[in-house]
Amino acid sequence: MSASHSNPRPIRILMAKPGLDGHDRGVKVVAHALRDAGMEVVYSGLHQSVEKIVATAMQEAVDVIGLSIMSGAHLPICQKLLGLMREKGMEDVAVVVGGVIPNRDIEPLKAMGVDGVFPGGTGFEQFIEGTRQAVARKRGA
Amino acid sequence: MGVAKYIKNHKDAIEDVELASGIHVKPFYGPEDLERVGFDYQQDLGDPGEFPFTRSLHPQGYRSRAWTTRQYSGFGTPAETNQRWKLLIANGQTGLNVAFDLPTQMGYDSDDEMAFGEVGRVGMAVDTLADFEVAFEGIDLTSIGSGLTINAVACIMLAMYEALARRRGIDPAKISATPQNDILKEIIGRGAWIFPVRPAVDLTCDVIEYATAQGKLPRCNPVSVCGYHIRESGATPAQEIGFAFAIAFAYIDNVVARGYRPEQVAGRFSFNFNIFGNLWEQVAKFRAARKLWAKLLRRRYDIQEKKILFLRGLFGGGGFGLTKAQPLNNIVRGAYYGLAAALGGAQTTALCSYDEAYTIPTEQSALISLRTCNILMEEIGLRDTVDPLAGSYFVETLTKEMEEKILQEMERVETWGGIVAAVESGQVQRLVARQAYEWERELQEGTRVKVGVNKYVEQGEEADVELHEYDMATADKQIASLKEVRAARSDREVKQRLLELEKAARAGQNVMPALVECCGAYCSVGEMAGVLRQVHGEMEEPSIF
Repeated sequence: MSASHSNPRPIRILMAKPGLDGHDRGVKVVAHALRDAGMEVVYSGLHQSVEKIVATAMQEAVDVIGLSIMSGAHLPICQKLLGLMREKGMEDVAVVVGGVIPNRDIEPLKAMGVDGVFPGGTGFEQFIEGTRQAVARKRGA
Repeated sequence: MGVAKYIKNHKDAIEDVELASGIHVKPFYGPEDLERVGFDYQQDLGDPGEFPFTRSLHPQGYRSRAWTTRQYSGFGTPAETNQRWKLLIANGQTGLNVAFDLPTQMGYDSDDEMAFGEVGRVGMAVDTLADFEVAFEGIDLTSIGSGLTINAVACIMLAMYEALARRRGIDPAKISATPQNDILKEIIGRGAWIFPVRPAVDLTCDVIEYATAQGKLPRCNPVSVCGYHIRESGATPAQEIGFAFAIAFAYIDNVVARGYRPEQVAGRFSFNFNIFGNLWEQVAKFRAARKLWAKLLRRRYDIQEKKILFLRGLFGGGGFGLTKAQPLNNIVRGAYYGLAAALGGAQTTALCSYDEAYTIPTEQSALISLRTCNILMEEIGLRDTVDPLAGSYFVETLTKEMEEKILQEMERVETWGGIVAAVESGQVQRLVARQAYEWERELQEGTRVKVGVNKYVEQGEEADVELHEYDMATADKQIASLKEVRAARSDREVKQRLLELEKAARAGQNVMPALVECCGAYCSVGEMAGVLRQVHGEMEEPSIF
């Protein structure tokens, strides 16, 4: 075991539900899985504006923001969030998105700067690992 | 998802079956099982139509009347919804089940910035009485019943429905509406909540007091208690019923404490229960629920009148049981869920459509759901005889065990200080969320089978979702008509009516009369909800872990 790689600081993630949609079974299941995987999970609660999510992420000093979006509005929401994060100088915070997301939107989301896209049905291992990698890329950068 | 836990040996023989509610199923059942659980025909079943109504509310069951089916509909602007409704009525539908968009459900006007991108998306946008006038144009409010699928601001929508009747010169005593109006389940499992728990419960109970206890809207069912969404959030079937009953009693107690007899309050309660999962567990659940509701109403409130003891409601949906993968399999699932509802004696049903796991249903898929119900009722013999599974050693044992489990779940709620306190502290939400997580983990580990998801997966198949086309012009049209209404109404009257609403809310009076006046003056949903937000504040969500 090499000393430089042991015990990295645990990943802190803000799990957030933007907009008015109240279907939160998915976001809560993911929050539990990430916590069991050793991450520190902050949950935003429902009905959050993008501004509020960014403010909470700053206040909680998280490494990554995880959005759960079922409404179909993932493209404009992510655009707005990433823009606001750039304004606030939060380039070191990763963004991952899950929910009801058609395959054709995955590439546009990544092109926009989203670090991981996990549509409904993604296995725990995949999004845990995907989130770790997204944070590692930011930390490495 | 998967229906039960199966422990198997190396030869794929089943060694143990554990149902979602925690009941273990034996390989076979006999008379000694009925003896073990203390089964007694008169006490536990009674003839159909007789207390405790385990077998049926009516002596002849489906022989005298098949179940009724209702489809959930409403989209875009009130004018578009009106066209769809007229078509449904022309096709023989006798009731409407109204879907509202999220801004309306959350008490925001269509031009509020919180409404951006959501106007008319998942249901009809309603800002003022003018929208109801358009939506219900040409529809007879005395012969067509309307289900209003809204909770946090159910009081505003029912007041608007009454205001519409008054405007048309119809006696409010003749209109029939069922607002969902179950805020506790909304907080536990559906998310469209606004106010803190206690004032929110008071608003729900204002509707019950006004419509039923005071008899102002005697043909309206003031609440539909939805175990349905609690189950969708991760509750077991026993919890679905137990928590729903705890919620119903909390509402009854709240109104009784205002000075009414329980008989004046409980008679028009209705319920909405889910149907996915193990067939036997669902059938036992419905039979046990019908029986327990009657027994508990009698025990708690000494109610004797038969009709007040009826558990009325819709057993249907099944959304969580459907899969995005291999979606046509959902047609088959729907048929078996419908069978469970029929064997459980559902009076009203509606099945989720096969494409509902990934989009808003098309007309064709909704029609398949309706025809599935028709086939069950009219082709295969489910109307032949009442409660055909009665007397089965297995089904009667399971029904008794399910009754016991439901009571245990109700006791658990009591140890939390009652359902209102348990929702306020987040205990119910945390329990169902943890169960949802465990369920998902078992699914991913393969200990619960879901066909097409974790077994019999088709290689190379990549299930994709389709998003319901959303027309941004809908919002523009809706906002333009809201602006017209605002320009045409009397500002003085609006101000006055909102002030009276605020006074009533601050004084802890029933807000329904003030809301009816507000609606009549074309106050908007956002203005009325805004007054209530000012008075009560908004709920802070409890921790999820």
